[in-house]
Formats: sequence, C-alpha cells, structure tokens
Amino acid sequence: MKLKGGFVALAATALVAAATLSDPGYAQDHGAAGGSDTAISDSGKDVFEQICAACHMPDAKGGGEAGARVPALAGNKNLKNKDYPIILLLKGRGGMPWFTDILTKQQIAAVITYVRGHFNDYKDPVTVADIDRIGSTNPPVPDCNCGH
Amino acid sequence: MTDPVMSDFLVPPTRRQLLTMIGKVGGASALYQAMTVFGHAAESQFTGPPKLSGAKPGASVLVLGAGLAGMLAAYELTKAGYKVQILEFQGRTGGRNYTVRGGDTITELGSTQTVDYAPGNYLNPGPWRIPYHHRTVLHYCKELGVELEHFAQLNHNAFVHNSHAYGGKPQRYRDLYVDYKGHVAELLGKSLNAGALDTTVTAEDKAKLLEAMKEWGVLDKSMAYTKSMKVGDQRGWERPPGGGVNGAPIPGEVGTLSDTLSTKVWQQIGFYTEHVMQTTMFQPKGGMDHIGKAFTAKVGNLVRPNTRVTKVAQDGSGVTASWTDTRTGTLGETRADWLVCTIPATILGQLDFQVSDAKKAAIRALPYGNSVKIGLEMKRRFWETDYAIYGGHSFTDQDIGLISYPTGNWFGDGPAVILGAYPFGIGAYRLAGMTPERRIAAALDQGSVFHPGEYKSEFRSGATVAWNRMPWILGCCATWTEESRAAHYQDLVSMEGRIVLAGEHCSYYGCWQEGALLSSLDAISRLHQRASAA
Repeated sequence: MKLKGGFVALAATALVAAATLSDPGYAQDHGAAGGSDTAISDSGKDVFEQICAACHMPDAKGGGEAGARVPALAGNKNLKNKDYPIILLLKGRGGMPWFTDILTKQQIAAVITYVRGHFNDYKDPVTVADIDRIGSTNPPVPDCNCGH
Repeated sequence: MTDPVMSDFLVPPTRRQLLTMIGKVGGASALYQAMTVFGHAAESQFTGPPKLSGAKPGASVLVLGAGLAGMLAAYELTKAGYKVQILEFQGRTGGRNYTVRGGDTITELGSTQTVDYAPGNYLNPGPWRIPYHHRTVLHYCKELGVELEHFAQLNHNAFVHNSHAYGGKPQRYRDLYVDYKGHVAELLGKSLNAGALDTTVTAEDKAKLLEAMKEWGVLDKSMAYTKSMKVGDQRGWERPPGGGVNGAPIPGEVGTLSDTLSTKVWQQIGFYTEHVMQTTMFQPKGGMDHIGKAFTAKVGNLVRPNTRVTKVAQDGSGVTASWTDTRTGTLGETRADWLVCTIPATILGQLDFQVSDAKKAAIRALPYGNSVKIGLEMKRRFWETDYAIYGGHSFTDQDIGLISYPTGNWFGDGPAVILGAYPFGIGAYRLAGMTPERRIAAALDQGSVFHPGEYKSEFRSGATVAWNRMPWILGCCATWTEESRAAHYQDLVSMEGRIVLAGEHCSYYGCWQEGALLSSLDAISRLHQRASAA
C-alpha cells in the first residue's frame, strides 16, 4: 500500500492531529514540492527499518545521552500496554511527531506488533481494530518524562 | 518671502516625515501599522533593531544556547547595558546556522564522518537561502558585515522528474510549465465558448477571459494549444534561432494534456509561488555559517562552550542554571537576574526546567520534523557545461526530493558540491535510517535520473547530515499545527517570572532563521520591559 493514502485512511477516525507534517500550514522551509512517492510495504519490519530506525536506531536501542535522548524501543516496559505505542503513533509526544499522515492504520498496527514482538516479548498482535478503538476514544497522551 | 515655519504647515509632509512622526509618537508597532497602510513593510514585522537602553546597573541575563537567537539576544542586551553570559552545549557556536567544509567532522548518533571536500567547497546542512523579505536576517548581515550573494532559486532549465510521467524521463521545468498553462487555458477557453460558465461570469468578463486565455496559454486561432513558433518563443526549440542560411528556428512538439498532468508540475509551480520561495534570494558567500561567525565575533567572548545545562530554577530574585562541563565533567551553577532560553523543545522537554505546567505542556507538545541533506562533490560542473543549468533545483518524486545546483563560482574549474537530497517526511526518515555511506550511495543512484552519464562517474566525495540524529537537537525544526498553535503557542512564548524562550520554535516563521531572530528580538524587548519595571 502506498504511504500517501495513510492520512486518508485514518481521516475517518476522530483524531486531534489533523494537519500533516508535509503541509504544516505556515511558512516553514521545506524541500521538494510533492515529496517522496515511493511506497513502503505493510510489513511491520519494513516500516520499522524505513521509518522508526531513523531515530530509534536499527537495533531499536535509541541513542543520545541523558537529557538529550531518543528512547529505546527494545526492552521498553511501557510497550507492555499496547495502547501506549498506539497513542504515541497517532498523536506524537515530545520531539516525536504523529505518524498518521505517512502511515496507514495497517502499517501502524503492523509496526507496533513487530516492535512489541521482535524487540520485546509481547506477542499479542495489534490490529487495525485496536487503532480504531484508540482513534475513536481519543485518550490523553500519557505523561511524558521524555528521557528522565 | 516665504516664512519657513509657515511653509511647514502649507506643504504636506512627505511620507518619510510622516512615518518618522508616527514612529516617535506611537512607537514601533504604530509605525509598522502605518507603514503597512502606506504599502511599505507589509512583508516583515521587522522595524529595525530594538532600541533597548538603560539597563539597571549590574543587571544580568543568562542566555542558554549560542545559535542565532541566543547570540542576537546577547548582542542586543549587551548593547543595552546588561551583563550577559551564554551557555552552549556544543564546542561550536551557531546552532543550526552551520556549514561543513573539508576536514570537518560530522558526529551523528551512531556515526562519524570526516568531510573530504576540496578547499572552498562546502555544504550548508541547515538554512541555505534567505528570501528578500527576511528583513531581520538581511539587516544583521549588513550590520555585521556578512557578504551576501545571489542564490539562484527558480531555474526554468532545471528538471522535473516524476516516476509515473514521460516513462520516468525528466522534463525541463520550462516545458512543463508552458504545457500546463497552455492546456489549462485551452480547456477554460472551451468551457467559456461552450457557455458552461455563462451563469458564473459576465459577458464582459467572458470576453476578457477568452482574450487572456489565448495570450496566456499561447493558443492558436482555434483556441487550441498546439506546436507553433509562438509557443516556441516560450517553450524553446527543436532547432534554436541561429544566423545565416539555417537561422530559422523550428519549434518542438508540445506535451499532451495527460503527460503534462502525470508530472504533477502544479506542485513545482505552487512551490515557486509561495512567498518564502519567491525570488530574489540570497546566501552568505562561502557558507551560511558566516552569519554565525559574525555574531560570534561580537559575543563569542560571552560563550561558555561544552556546557550541558541540566536544571533551570528561578526564584524572586533571579535564575540559576546547573550544568556539567562535557569535557571535564565539572559541575557548576550560573546565576543571573533573567534568562533567555533558546534550547530546542526536543531537548528542553527532557530538562528539569522550573516553569508552569502550561509552559511545560507547550514544550512537550511540539514535535520536530526531520530533514536530511546530502552534499555530493563532483569533479566538474557538468550541469553547467553539459546541461546549461546554472543554479536552481531539479525535483523528483524519489526519496531525495530534489537536487540543487550550486550558486557561486559559476563557470569555475575544479570540483563543486551539488546538494544531492533535501527531503522532509518519508524520504527523510528513510534516508536518515541509513548509514552515511549508504545515504550517499542512495543519493547517487536517485540523482542519476537527471544526469545519468555523469552523476556517478564525476562523483568525488560526499557528506551528509540527518537532523534527527544530530545529538544536540534530535530533529530539524518545530512542527506546529493550527490546533497546537491555538492550544500552546502563547503559553510557549509568554514570559514567566524571569524566564523567556526564543528560537524558531517560538515564531510563525518556523524553520527559518528569520523566525529565530524575530523571536529573539521580541523576547528581549519584553525582558527589558519587565527588567526596567522591576
């Protein structure tokens, strides 16, 4: 599935974060006019490697130092509750943006399933129904200790 | 004899005199309003450097961050009489005002590169162009003696590549632009002539529109967009005009409507239509960091580098910043009466920062977009010699987003640096996730679509910066939405006790140096007001 459909696919759910990063609405600097048109597959592994690894690093161990840290996804106890990563991907938190404008619901479900199962030991899958449930109940973003 | 005093009453004041008067009576904001009414200055909120003076004897300000916002604050506050110190995390000043050259080291999370460019060559990983209406940046460049040169933005002869159009063969922007308006004009003409818009436009406007479409779209006698000498005058030629026997030009074929639409060239047309992307643009000669260096020449002696701030506290009489020297491990505290904090939200949100819950929430609700730049040094300027492309950008729908040809040293011999990628969004994440070496290889692969015969064989060396992996910022710049602006912007920029924030994230010019400087001027003006009243 092409990524560009992602925003449309999620638009039906009641999300607060409606604006897209590629179209922020104000006079931000940016590069190309249209942006990348190449697709990412629905494989959770592919989404992790092509999107998440940019910040959380290929080994999912995050990076940086205390006070300026990208959190690890590997061995992250917060991921035991699957709602937690879903909320973060739908709404963003701290320096991390929401991903509703570049990932589809299927891709969000797949990548959370992959990260919880592959880099942690939480084997229960996350489904599109889970994404819809969070999207419609609109819970608050969990408090951020952002690296402390 | 004319009485000179009387004549002042009889002769209407010049616009300049009037503006001076309004400025004296009503202050800067009244002056700005008036200038807007007179058609001046509507493009910038900059009304000149702040006239801060008369700081209380001994009053001190601590500035966190030696980027442009922090250094401008220090520069103006020092002039106003404050005692200023700057704490900076990095070993260098300038922040995102940053240029890399041969011999420089780029340290990202997970990798280190040594730049191997030839002397004189550089990459601006951060800001790289200054629109003509960014009056604050231009003002301080002038004041600090930073030499600016033209930055070539729109180049009609550069390419547009769309994988789904023209079999993936890049087209000249000029050709697509002329085809696009030609076809749109033809279709609007057809609609008008068929009476489809008779209930929408008056007969008078209909006649004008038909004339406009014919001229604008360069349509033929039957209002069709077809190959013609007149179209050639805009689109260029199969055989260009020459002298003598074969001097007559031969026009080329025009693109079909379907092919033209497949390129999505309206995106590039829209890009160049944005206010911040319009010409004229400028760049500091020799690298963007000449602006940072010029500020450093003024306030560098106030900077304590390699200093990681860990905690900021305030009380009724001042602020205290606790820090660690990253070289020696020494712990320290710096106290001052007031604080200007320019630490980016990505880092500030991780700091023990004594402000209200509302301001903390604002800091933590501000994600940063990501961007990647890749500078490819080529052995020669083949885009100039072989393609007649002098500056400007070629766009693609691949991850790299675009390539941009260097301005400056046109027609020069020796190696030159092409910007080989500048994506945000998906392309930026995908490239950022690669090692620098793989990133450069991907940029060479993708950019080859524009210059297949030369791109890889003329490549000499590469350097790249993925902003999300720069350890001192972990992102490129702040991403606001209308919703987050409404919920948090005022909380972010408000002065709270003795603390005020500044930087591009505290402006409506996100990602631009102009925003950082305007935010800084606003912050220190409010700080000075409060300090004077205290």
